[in-house]
Formats: sequence, structure tokens, C-alpha cells
Amino acid sequence: MVMTLSTPRVAAPVKKKRSVVQRFAADTAFMTFVAILMAFLYIPIWILIIFSFNDSRSLTWPLSGFTLEWYQRLWNNSQLQDAIGNSFYVASCATVLTLLVGVPAALALHRLHFPGKTVFRRLVVLPITLPGVVTGISMLNLFRVLGFDLSLETVILGHATALLAVVVTQVSARLERLPKSLEEASADLGATQIYTFIHITLPNIRSAVIGAGLLSFVLSFDEIPVTFFLTGRDNTLPMYIYSTMRRGVTPEINAVGTLIVLFSLILIVAAVIATRDRKH
Amino acid sequence: MRFLSEKLPGVAVLGIPLLWISVFMLLPYAIIATYSFWTKQYPTFSPDFQFGNYLTLFTDPQYSKVLIRTLKVSLLVSLFSFLLGYPFAYFLAFRCKSQALRTWLYMAVIAPLWVSYLLRAYVWKTILGTEGVLNSFLMSIGILSEPSDMFLYNQFAMVVTLTYIFIPFMVMPIYTALEKIPRNLVEASADLGLRPIPTFLRITLPLSIPGVAAGFTMTFCLTFGDFVAPFLVGGPDGNLVANVIVTQFGTALNWPMGSALSILVLVIVLTVLSLSGRVERHYSPKEV
Repeated sequence: MVMTLSTPRVAAPVKKKRSVVQRFAADTAFMTFVAILMAFLYIPIWILIIFSFNDSRSLTWPLSGFTLEWYQRLWNNSQLQDAIGNSFYVASCATVLTLLVGVPAALALHRLHFPGKTVFRRLVVLPITLPGVVTGISMLNLFRVLGFDLSLETVILGHATALLAVVVTQVSARLERLPKSLEEASADLGATQIYTFIHITLPNIRSAVIGAGLLSFVLSFDEIPVTFFLTGRDNTLPMYIYSTMRRGVTPEINAVGTLIVLFSLILIVAAVIATRDRKH
Repeated sequence: MRFLSEKLPGVAVLGIPLLWISVFMLLPYAIIATYSFWTKQYPTFSPDFQFGNYLTLFTDPQYSKVLIRTLKVSLLVSLFSFLLGYPFAYFLAFRCKSQALRTWLYMAVIAPLWVSYLLRAYVWKTILGTEGVLNSFLMSIGILSEPSDMFLYNQFAMVVTLTYIFIPFMVMPIYTALEKIPRNLVEASADLGLRPIPTFLRITLPLSIPGVAAGFTMTFCLTFGDFVAPFLVGGPDGNLVANVIVTQFGTALNWPMGSALSILVLVIVLTVLSLSGRVERHYSPKEV
């Protein structure tokens, strides 16, 4: 009896020592794992960038030399520049449209009670998980039935529909964290709903709206499946790159890619700064 | 006037999105649902109401094979994303001591989402190709003596590429779920003498299931409808459902069949969503 009682006391330091060793082993294992995952995520992006400066038509190791030739070719490629212009046009319009529809949708979900609200919510956020190919095909058929010609404008409508989900989820999440008392106080003091929205609600969800707008812009700029079905004769940038890829791998695509990575990086920094809530 | 300013905002706030969704989502779905019952009469189609298209999907091996392949690839991508994403999210939520490192690592996983999806698929084509980076690298260090074509144009390449593309969608919800778990639960379990692994299996893992379900849903559904990665790295036997839909509306000129396939994808996505919703509700902490 005495022996069994005293055993834990003797064993305790040994056990502690073992747990320190185990903890160290576990930490090392986790660190290694994180390093491998980071390598998996970022080595491909570095490969994309490095080969855009490589002095060879084929993308093979070892590197053969430094060149800016691929960037020079982009500079002289008028098709590519048109595509970039189209993409800016589509992404800007789609972002504005999707915000104009998405922010009210989030407000309606947050504030109003109406029959079919659950179905409405499910429908609005469906395009996040619904593959773009279904959105693209179904809207293509709509435009055919209505007799619309395909153009960049039909692409804009498609993007705005697909991106609605992004805006609604982001803005809804912010609205839910907003204390109800703010809007109630405003109403009690006699403000109209419109006044309350502009002066109370909007400033509080501003960063979420900006964040959702930036994300929508990036996603629209990058969109393929919906664009694939809805575009007419004009190409957006990803569609242009996609059609170039059909002809094979070239370092020019790496050069465009590197510029896109750079551009994305700038937007990420902008998003982080814009969505950072000012602390009072 | 008072009535207007009270009622109008509500009507506009609900009316605009409702109208948009009716015209650009419900109506288009209704149209392809209608087409899916039509009959193909080359070179056009005639209105009809028959289930032949759906029957063909499941009986014609040409389609059923693609469906099974898509299901398999989607499940593998979800599984690999989970195996890579869960430990990472766990490390961020529980193991990482420095707040700055946690923020950076989280950003590092999310950031690729902002970098063109097309480029992320393309870069794997340049890595895995016969004349690609991996082959030439393995040759330059002497592991391979001649380029191997085993890396590209197969399901392996497709799973690697899609896992690479969609893994952020797995990490985000799992991390959110893990972060919500009260630390004192884990500590209490340790105080009561449970070792780390049983604590993980009995406390942490069950509480993170809603995040896992959300992650599986995203990666599964996104893979299920992808046609770009299969096109770039999948090779001749790598067509997924979305590629077949593209063909039906393009060269094959069989809209009814393409519509039936689209409706099937829609139904599968809705089923996965409702299943995962059920799982999430079941495992969510109950309100006290």
C-alpha cells in the first residue's frame, strides 16, 4: 500500500522530463510540417517568377541566363493589352453592381423578417459552393432565351451574380457583430431609416464593404468558368491567357503571371490596410 | 411622406436582391431544368418531357465513368487538403506562441487565393511536364536519366494541382472552428489526467468538426465543378463532369444532355451542402 502510494511522487519528475522531451519533439514535428506546407504553397509561385526572367524558351532546369525579353514582348502585345483593359472594365463594373445588390441583401437578411427568408439566404450564398460552370451555363441559356448578344456586359452580369455570395457573407458577418442598440438609439432619436443607414450603419460596416469589394474585384479579374460561357468576341485577361495556354507553355505566360502576382500582392496589402478597424 | 420613408427602404432593400436573384439565378436554373427533359434531334432539340437524358447519365458508361472519376478526384482533393490543412490550422490555433507568426502564417495560406487561380494551375503544368521543371531538375541531380512522363496528364497531377489550389478553403474554416474552442476545456481535460492525444480525440477534434465539414464542402464542391485544371494537367483520361458539360454545349451540341448534367451537379452540390449543414449543427456547441 505504502509502495503504491509513493510511486507517483517518485515518478513525477521523470514523467515531467519525458513530457518536456515529448513536447519538444511535437513542436519540432509541427514546425517541420509547417515548413513543408509553406514550401508546397510557395515554391511553385517562385518557379513561376524565376522562369519569367530565364533566357530560354523552354522551362527547364538549370536556368540558362537572365533576360527581360518576355516582358518586352508583353509590352508589344496589343491583344494582351486589350484583354487587360477589358478585365479592368469587367471587374470594376461587376464589383460596383454586386455591392449595390449584395449590401442591401445582407441588410435585408439581418434586419427584415419575411416569408421564405431561409430559402433566400441559401440562394444568395449558393454561388460560393456552386461551380462556376453551372452559373455560366444557366446564364448563357437565359441570355439566349432573351435574345441578348454575348458581350463584356453579359460577363459583368454573370460575375455580379456569382460574387453576390462573397459580398453577402462578408457584410452579414460584420452586421451580426454590430450592437443593435446603435440603430435603435438612432431610431429613438427620430432619425429616418435612410438617415440611420447612412450615418450609423454604413460607417460601421465600411471596412467590411471595402474588403468585400476588393475581394470581388480580384475574383472577377481572375474569373474563368462564367466568363468562358458568357463572353462574346472580347477576351478578358484570364481568357486570353487560357487560350494562349492551349497552344503550349511559354515564358511569356510566366511574365504575365509574375505581374499578376505583383498586382495581387499590392491588393492584399491594400485590403489589409483598408479592413483594419481603427481602434478607439 | 412619413409612410414612404418608413416603408420604402425596406421594400428597396429586399426588392433589389430579390429581383436580381429571380432573374439571374432562379430563371436560368428553371431554363436548364426545362432543357434537361428535351430530346436531341440533330442538329437541334425539341421540347419534350422525358427522363431519357438522366437515364443515359447513369447507364451510359461514357458518362457514369466520368461521374465516378469526378467523385473520386473530389474526395481525394478534400482528403489531402484535410490531411495538410488540419495539422497546420491546429498548429496556428494551439501551438503557435507568437501572435505575429500566427498572423503571418495565416495570411501566407490565404494569400494564394488572391493570386490568379489559372496561374496556380498553369504553374503545375510547367512543373510536372515531360519537359518541365521537376523532370529537368531530377535529371540534373542525377535521379532520372531521361525525362519521365509519369508526373503529368494523370489523376495524380490533377489531385496535386487541385489540392494546391483549394487548400486555403480547408484551412480557413478549420482554423476558425479551432480558435473558438475555449482553452480551459483542453486544460481541464489535462488536469483530469487525460494525455494530449486522448484530449485531442475526445475534446478538440469533435469540437472542430463543424469547421472540417465546411472545409470538406468547399473543397469537394469546387473540385467537382472544375474544368480548367483537368484541361491543363488531366490529360486525355482526365475529363471531369464540368469538361463534359462544356463539350455538350460546344462541339457535341447536345444541350439537353449538358443541361441534365448541370442539374445533376446542382443537385449534388445542394445535397453536400445540406449534409454538411446537418453535421455542423449536430457538432456545434449547444446553447446553454
